[in-house]
Amino acid sequence: METAVIERSACADSVLLNDWHVVADLSALNSERPFETRLLGTDLLIHGAGDRVRIERKCDSGPVQISKKYGFLWACLGDPDRDILHIPEAFETDRFIVTGGSIAVGVSGLRAVENFLDMGHFPFVHTGWLGEEPHTEVPSYKVEITDQDEVLATQCRFFQPVASPTASGGIMANYEYKVSRPYTVALYKTNPVHPDRMDYIALFVQPVDEEHCIAHPLLCYLKDNTNEAELRWFMQLIFAQDKPILENQLPKRLPLDPRAETPIRADASSVFYRRWLRHHNITYGAITAPQ
Amino acid sequence: MGNTMLEAAQHQWHPIASSEELEYRHTFHGQLLGREFAVWRADDGNVNVWENRCLHRGVRLSIGINDGTELTCQYHGWRYANRTAGCTYIPAHPADSPARTICNRTYPAVERYGLVWSGEAPQGDPPGVALLDGTDVLSLRPIPVNADLETVHRQLTAYVFQPNEGLDGAKAAVSVETSGDLSIGLSSVSGDCKTQAVFFLQPVDSDRTVIRGVLAGMPAHKAQLDVLHHHNERLSALRERCEAEASQLPQPEKLQPVIQPVSEELAGMPEQSTSGRNADLRVKIARKWSTAEGIAGFELVSIDGQLPTFQPGAHIDVHLPNGLVRQYSVTNGPGETQSYKIGVKREPDSAGGSQCLHDDVREGDVLAISEPRNNFPLRRDAVKTLLIAGGIGVTPILSMAQALYHTGLDFELHYFAQDDSHLAFPDILETLGDSLHTHLGLDPEETEQCLEGLLADYQPAMHLYVCGPGPMLETTRHTADRLGWPDQAVHFEYFKNTHEIDDSTSFEIALSRSVMTLQVPAGTTIMDVLRDNGVSVPSSCEQGACGTCVATVLEGEPDHQDVYLSETEKKRGDRIMTCVSRSKSARLVLDI
Repeated sequence: METAVIERSACADSVLLNDWHVVADLSALNSERPFETRLLGTDLLIHGAGDRVRIERKCDSGPVQISKKYGFLWACLGDPDRDILHIPEAFETDRFIVTGGSIAVGVSGLRAVENFLDMGHFPFVHTGWLGEEPHTEVPSYKVEITDQDEVLATQCRFFQPVASPTASGGIMANYEYKVSRPYTVALYKTNPVHPDRMDYIALFVQPVDEEHCIAHPLLCYLKDNTNEAELRWFMQLIFAQDKPILENQLPKRLPLDPRAETPIRADASSVFYRRWLRHHNITYGAITAPQ
Repeated sequence: MGNTMLEAAQHQWHPIASSEELEYRHTFHGQLLGREFAVWRADDGNVNVWENRCLHRGVRLSIGINDGTELTCQYHGWRYANRTAGCTYIPAHPADSPARTICNRTYPAVERYGLVWSGEAPQGDPPGVALLDGTDVLSLRPIPVNADLETVHRQLTAYVFQPNEGLDGAKAAVSVETSGDLSIGLSSVSGDCKTQAVFFLQPVDSDRTVIRGVLAGMPAHKAQLDVLHHHNERLSALRERCEAEASQLPQPEKLQPVIQPVSEELAGMPEQSTSGRNADLRVKIARKWSTAEGIAGFELVSIDGQLPTFQPGAHIDVHLPNGLVRQYSVTNGPGETQSYKIGVKREPDSAGGSQCLHDDVREGDVLAISEPRNNFPLRRDAVKTLLIAGGIGVTPILSMAQALYHTGLDFELHYFAQDDSHLAFPDILETLGDSLHTHLGLDPEETEQCLEGLLADYQPAMHLYVCGPGPMLETTRHTADRLGWPDQAVHFEYFKNTHEIDDSTSFEIALSRSVMTLQVPAGTTIMDVLRDNGVSVPSSCEQGACGTCVATVLEGEPDHQDVYLSETEKKRGDRIMTCVSRSKSARLVLDI
């Protein structure tokens, strides 16, 4: 039974097959007509909306396990061997919990995760928002693998021209990044009004196939000083700026061979991420390193 | 047969663009045999054909920005130089100079018959075509066809077109004049009119071919459009025939070009270069001229291949015919990679260096030089940069000023000199516009007053670069310090170390990595002792001015005698110039 699944999905990484992945924003579903999507190379049909949602494989109408959390519909093609990631910030009542920025990108989801970890592109791709020339330096930061087997980057700092919609002038923003699963990454960022609290953005990347993904962001922002519409607008702007750059990466899959590309000190988090993927034998969406 | 043809095609020249497609400051997306190229023309006319990916994260360079001298990647702003494709700047680390070896893959480029020719590993020269030699040519609009090379080749042998002067005449008789794997020459005759044309086939992939037609002879201006329309129509019909035929054939497998891995040393984090006082390059003096009173300009060109990439602030060692070695800053602007330009002042108390260059060395002479080394790197993340130059100290500053000017960054260049006739490289100064301020004929006191005005308004994220005679440099540094400039915002380069070196001490050095303990006796330098014991030490000026021979200190108190390190760096005591500095403690542990 399990081998049949592997053949159909063309994904051989059991850690991905037996994990939960976001396949839709619940607010995007309606009961009138089925919603088509694809996960790990398997075409899926999502029927219904609200409480009456089910997913079937398009090829044989076989059932797929589902769950609902954080405003998203989740699917698992195999037998889930762990729960959906727990995010404490999503249960804090003084935060807006916002979805609505899902964006399809023609590149491996692993490349999309790596881009999310990267500060060096802020002045060039998100000019005027997350960065601005000539403030291009990436000061050195700390990267480690935690006891929970996550890639954690701390003490990240970057000059940001628009810290918040009401702020005037730039600030040095503090960031922390955490990769908890191969296609799941999150960041913490200093809140401009409450310097002791952090805003939180998770990015759940749906591996559509090896060279296509849908990035589903979840924002957990402190309510002071902003509103949901503004957050959604900002998130859509930022991801739309990334999309054309990512779609021009060659090759589309993420190369895990250290000699495939040229890392610099600013890429420490990416170096750790690629090494961690190699260690976990992730091959889907990757070009594996020669032995 | 198809495969053999494509394999052979790897060693042949192919048109990959028409000259017209390389518009001013445009970057063209070229394709050949499954491979992509970024093709761009620099302002000096040179055509660059590069692998279409930035070495950093693989983003296509064909979406990069061509500023006329360099190509900048859109993703992280990495800059690559015209010709060499060497990386000149990495914005994420503005205080470092990029490892020289970060260099993109380049392919040959030759322009002929209005087309740009290149190839993966072409042999010999691009093909000469007798039909097109010695005449004006008109290149047709390139026609991409979703069909394999052979199919398109076969269809083209039956292509029928009217001669330029007889578009409306009787149906022309077309004959095949020449036929090769990758080109077909046709001749069209109708009545008295005759036109010859060559159609080159560009194999873009196993299932895709571009037809690039070139007509011998240029039709009258008014008729040009009609001729182009005529071929557009006929070739579009031919395309449909090819595609119909190819759709009946089995789909060929797409070509998978091999992307070369980067070198082993680049796979880790880049490190500083560790070459010794070498002179690996041979250059010819292409031009020697008087650029100002007492200052000679030299333009050095390579005699065997491309000169390596330089960065603003870099210097080269020039090995003189009389055995002396001298350092000179490269004055070039960004992308000027066909030669190095240096300026040499005749020193009245010359030990033979400047005198030899002024009096003995002539145009056409060959000199040995080192690769450019940058111990005076320019940050480009300053809100404003102040450049201060005194006399011949302007040379590294000129390279910096041109880089800043070209990238549109805010800067001022203050150039102190005796008078107008002492201003070196007026041709470069002219290009800097309002950013240039000259201060002529000031005595030391007036200079100090002037500097006080210039440095009065320090703001965070401003940076100061100064190069000039020792006393002026000291004054500038003291004034900056007094006016609140932090040490790390003040960057300087001395020509030479005028301090008297006290080498009377003797002490012990321990090399932590090499596990060696050595004695440094009075009268001998750390560098000499290291070299005597087989430890290679890179060096350049060997008098404590250039910073090349730096070593990391793990234990012990250095006795700094150099002019390279700033006061803060000296106090920190974690780095030492091994050519002049010594130890105050009995023992010094070095990370070597």
